[in-house]
Amino acid sequence: MSQCNVVQAPKLTRKDFISDQDVRWCPGCGDYAILAGIQRVMPDLGVPREKIVFVSGIGCSSRFPYYMNTYGFHSIHGRAAAVATGIKMTRPDLMVWVVTGDGDGLSIGGNHFIHTMRRNIDLKILLFNNRIYGLTKGQTSPTSEQGMKTKSTPFGALDRPFNPLSVAIGSAATFVARSIDIDSPHLQYVLRRAAEHKGTAFVELYQNCNVFNDGTWESVTDKDVRSDRLLVLEHGKPLVFGKERKKGIRMRPDMSPEVVEINGNTSGLLVHDEMRRDEGYHFMLSRLAGPEFPEPIGVLRAVRDPTYEELLAEQVQAVVQRQGKGNLDKLLHAGETWTVS
Amino acid sequence: MSDIESTQSAPGVRSRPMSELETVVIRFAGDSGDGMQLTGTEFTKSIAAEGSDLATFPDYPSEIRAPAGTLAGVSAYQVHFSSQEVYTPGDQPDVLVVMNPAALRINLPDLPRGGIIITNVGSFTQSNLEKAGYKANPLEDGSLSGYQVFAIDISKQVALALEGTGLTVKEVGRCKNFYALGLMFWLYNHPIEREEKSIRAKFQKNPKIAEANIKAFRSGYYYGETAELFPSRYVVPPAVIAPGTYRHITGNEATAVGLITAAQLASLPLFCGTYPITPASDILHTLAMYPHYDVITFQAEDEIAAITATIGAAYAGALGVTTTSGPGMALKTEAIGLAVMAELPLVIVNVQRGGPSTGLPTKTEQADLFQAVFGRNGECPVVVVAPATPGDCFGMAIEAARIAIRHMCTVIYLSDGYLANGAEPWKLPEVASLQEIPVTFRTDPQGFFPYLRDPETLARPWVVPGTPGMEHRIGGLEKEDVVGNVSYDAQNHEKMVRIRAEKIACVVREVPDATVYGDTSGDLLIVGWGSTYGAITQAVKSLRRRGHRVSALHLRYLNPMPANVGRILASFQRVLVAEMNLGQLLTILRAQFLVDAVGFHKVQGRPFKVSEIVIKAEELLCAREQAELCAHAEMV
Repeated sequence: MSQCNVVQAPKLTRKDFISDQDVRWCPGCGDYAILAGIQRVMPDLGVPREKIVFVSGIGCSSRFPYYMNTYGFHSIHGRAAAVATGIKMTRPDLMVWVVTGDGDGLSIGGNHFIHTMRRNIDLKILLFNNRIYGLTKGQTSPTSEQGMKTKSTPFGALDRPFNPLSVAIGSAATFVARSIDIDSPHLQYVLRRAAEHKGTAFVELYQNCNVFNDGTWESVTDKDVRSDRLLVLEHGKPLVFGKERKKGIRMRPDMSPEVVEINGNTSGLLVHDEMRRDEGYHFMLSRLAGPEFPEPIGVLRAVRDPTYEELLAEQVQAVVQRQGKGNLDKLLHAGETWTVS
Repeated sequence: MSDIESTQSAPGVRSRPMSELETVVIRFAGDSGDGMQLTGTEFTKSIAAEGSDLATFPDYPSEIRAPAGTLAGVSAYQVHFSSQEVYTPGDQPDVLVVMNPAALRINLPDLPRGGIIITNVGSFTQSNLEKAGYKANPLEDGSLSGYQVFAIDISKQVALALEGTGLTVKEVGRCKNFYALGLMFWLYNHPIEREEKSIRAKFQKNPKIAEANIKAFRSGYYYGETAELFPSRYVVPPAVIAPGTYRHITGNEATAVGLITAAQLASLPLFCGTYPITPASDILHTLAMYPHYDVITFQAEDEIAAITATIGAAYAGALGVTTTSGPGMALKTEAIGLAVMAELPLVIVNVQRGGPSTGLPTKTEQADLFQAVFGRNGECPVVVVAPATPGDCFGMAIEAARIAIRHMCTVIYLSDGYLANGAEPWKLPEVASLQEIPVTFRTDPQGFFPYLRDPETLARPWVVPGTPGMEHRIGGLEKEDVVGNVSYDAQNHEKMVRIRAEKIACVVREVPDATVYGDTSGDLLIVGWGSTYGAITQAVKSLRRRGHRVSALHLRYLNPMPANVGRILASFQRVLVAEMNLGQLLTILRAQFLVDAVGFHKVQGRPFKVSEIVIKAEELLCAREQAELCAHAEMV
């Protein structure tokens, strides 16, 4: 596949990433905004289109690969991360994205989700969280709130919900972030950061299902309440939020967080550090939720650790150095042999 | 044990008559901590070096270390060696080497009257007898009077031999197996120098233990020589074996080596996504030793991740292999459907064990044939092949990969616990004789569609991500013929279902015709597949020697079957299908060929004995003769 005369490839545009398939999500679905965001970010990454693979499982979000003009694999329910792992291990030069949902990623695919994080293989995992099963028309999901009435839980869900960020941090993820479908600039920023990260990058996206769970994130993402209900994280900046940026978060002596009023003076507030190695602080951030706290968006954690495929390459190289590249004759003659004449 | 007296004796030792034997079967049995597997394999290596043909089979419990001395903890290793061709590890032992009462109790029923028992008297303590469920000591109560018993206090002898070596009591106890080995070396007239070298190599990291084992080994050997216990020594003359270089190999090793070879012949990396499961794990262990052969082993979080990661690897251009056993196979089912739909090459190794559910993890069975051929949702055809012997695993693994790559399809390779752990001398093939596996990755975007097909194989193009200008999407949803877009069109679905079926059916063109062992027509045809090959062949051989018109047909390709199978079946008066299940191949043959075949089933976690097949065949032949006589009488 080598080319003799290298021609400077023309810069790609958003259009280059739009496939010829009609997008078939329900009108008004939050997925449209996310798709547009990704198609906008892609050209800036400097990765040729053919080197990008989108892998998905099953669910509304998992239709995503069909709409990207890259390589794509629409696999089976919950298994996208595992399929993507096989691709990345075989071809570390590819940029591999996983698109999943709260049901696909955290319920049927929960096992792959945590093990992918712990391996730190270089995959970008986008979890569209709408807190409902949309494709199967409205059952409770692992992120649905307790008590929520759905078709499968007419008297209220009994399960306690998962917090995807906490699960990711608890699974030793090296990159954990959150954004929302309707805040395009923030969404693009987070996607870009995920793309730049080496290792498993996990992004939770608050996404609205306007048919089966309309307004599920309204209480935090609505324009009128957003600044009070969301804590926008920035590395090296104190944790400040609120319309007039008069509220901050600090730690009590018992190591629990509290919201305090500030008057321009941010001393004593927690200062966001996405690169802290220990997960405790990032886990604490992931637990912040209403009504007492705003919900964090942005990059919670970004730590550089050796990736799985880097360690694999190192190991292979070491064995090759010690034993030389294998050949069939040596393989067949391994162990004790004897000759009959 | 037919023997011919001879007068030859080894020089330099006290004269003891030497009897020549054609065939010997020895079973070593003891506590799973007694090292019987090692004793067995060491003796086997020596047998091979002496030039006998041989086959072995280990039989161990699924508990790694069940409480010492209990029946559950008994582990055994059987080796069959002969100056003639050997097809199986032997129906029953001639010699039983038992290290404790529990091993005696479990294995005695298999020993024919008059058989030899060599046992460690020192282990027949009150407590061990109780653990084995003996009310009285069988060595003393006369219950073994029908056997030739050689009761030796191995525990004490080893303790004496290793006095002053500074080893702990426990360490000394663990040398007992080498004492037993030494005794067998003397009894079968094997040279000890080679074994001593082997022990030193094995315990390289612990020279103290190596020397202790050698001491124990020699004590056993010298005991045979000095004690006037055995009336005779035995010798098995070398077999006529095809010239070449040999290696002792188990089915699991041969499978792994075959898979690596296939990947090398195809110039592809080998990706094995797998999850540990008995009795398949040794394939992973072997593959994991070879990263310098472009082998990537991925121990996944579960069986499903194992296969789906493998599908991802195949998509990315590797030879994708996943290895498992029945319960794991069940978990992989949905993903097999994806592989079939995505039309990517995939080899699935199922080392069958006793089922259903967890079943008998360490025991053998052939009850996953239906699962392999039919066990998925939707019309989901795959190729199914099965190796016949441990050595055959090498060639069939290559064959599985070749078909998967050529037809862009899933191939299920059905091994079983008996093949996996059983071993035989394997003649190494010449590397130059191995055929390359051609692989074409499509890189030309001109006129490309993901589901365009090769008119001959019906394979779709293999396009790996990273190829410019050919970005496309695949997945588990039904695809539009040629174009590959998602399609819910009714006619298109039926068309695609038929194409996928045809694609597998047309593999038959490359499947070699089945060959019949014996005559191509006759009174009875015994059909088998997989690991029953040895027992059936040996049975047919002895039936033919007795004048019966019996032949054997062994199937390595189960879906599609060789083109000539129907013709062969029709050439025999009766057809008997012997398999370790309740009649799965039987059902398929009856359905496919409308043949009035009957089945012979054994589902005990153990392979067929040759004698069982012989008896069943004679029963059928006899019934036929009688029916003919009756018909004749009526006519008269």
